[in-house]
Amino acid sequence: MAAKSNLAKSAPAVPNKEGPTAEPGSQALQLDRLIHERTRLAIISALAGGGPQSFADLKRLLDVTDGNLSVHARKLEEAGYLECTKSFAGRVPRTEYALTKEGRKALERYLGHMEALIDAARQ
Amino acid sequence: MASPSAKPRADQPILLHSKAMDNLAFIRDTMERSSVFTGVPGWGAAAMGVVALGFAAVAEPQTDPAAWLRVWLVAAAVGISIAVGAITLKLKRAPSSEGSLRKFGFGLAPPLAAGALLTGVLANAAQWHLISGVWLLLYGVGVMTAGAYSVRVVPIMGACFAILGVAAFFTPAAWSNGWLAAGFGALHIVFGTFIARRHGG
Repeated sequence: MAAKSNLAKSAPAVPNKEGPTAEPGSQALQLDRLIHERTRLAIISALAGGGPQSFADLKRLLDVTDGNLSVHARKLEEAGYLECTKSFAGRVPRTEYALTKEGRKALERYLGHMEALIDAARQ
Repeated sequence: MASPSAKPRADQPILLHSKAMDNLAFIRDTMERSSVFTGVPGWGAAAMGVVALGFAAVAEPQTDPAAWLRVWLVAAAVGISIAVGAITLKLKRAPSSEGSLRKFGFGLAPPLAAGALLTGVLANAAQWHLISGVWLLLYGVGVMTAGAYSVRVVPIMGACFAILGVAAFFTPAAWSNGWLAAGFGALHIVFGTFIARRHGG
């Protein structure tokens, strides 16, 4: 937990997408806290690595509950990082998630962040 | 709250460094697992199925069991070449799937090696009628175990191959070619097309 807060405080400047929950002027704003959260980071990483995936496949891959996945996916969708498509396969409803360009850029920024932190620690 | 000019605690860089490393490892691992999820080359499998049906048609009129086996060995070689090509294409599109595909390959290789060995043993013993069952069963078991962490359809495909293999052991030898065509031909086409459409590639 201490490491997490330190990480947020020391990260280079990156637009924060979770504005309403972060204090204005806080150093924590510098890290994209939206994808810093473990489940959301896993969702973004899974979609970046494997392309669009259904709710069921994503749930099985990440080993999370329906509710947990729904809540975190909705937050990412609201931020414009995910696209959610709802359809029917026969009579069965199917929800599919895909990473948007903005979502991919956010992951790349986050990866850059982590690499910068490692480089800084080595110097 | 620490200001940017505040002196960091002595342990802070270590925590940051280890946390960042941990995050990068987590991202990499998740990307790898998700890419094996869809990493099975669907269109490649469908192409292998089409090729297998073609070779089944060539093998069907063969009256010499050794000649029949040679046709299927060529079919196997062509099928493996298609699989390697399809996986290479898939890797170019999704380089992060390399580790996962390697694991899939390692899972599939031992049953295939066992199948190759048993083929030689059975051919030497002139037990031609057992070869189709051995091939289908071992390939099915290999796909089931290697695809255990893949999309559910992959181990299901493996189970279907294994069922056909068991069926081949308990049916007349004349059905061998039909079982191989049904497995390596039809099952590959059906499941490969499904995987390609549902999971991409």
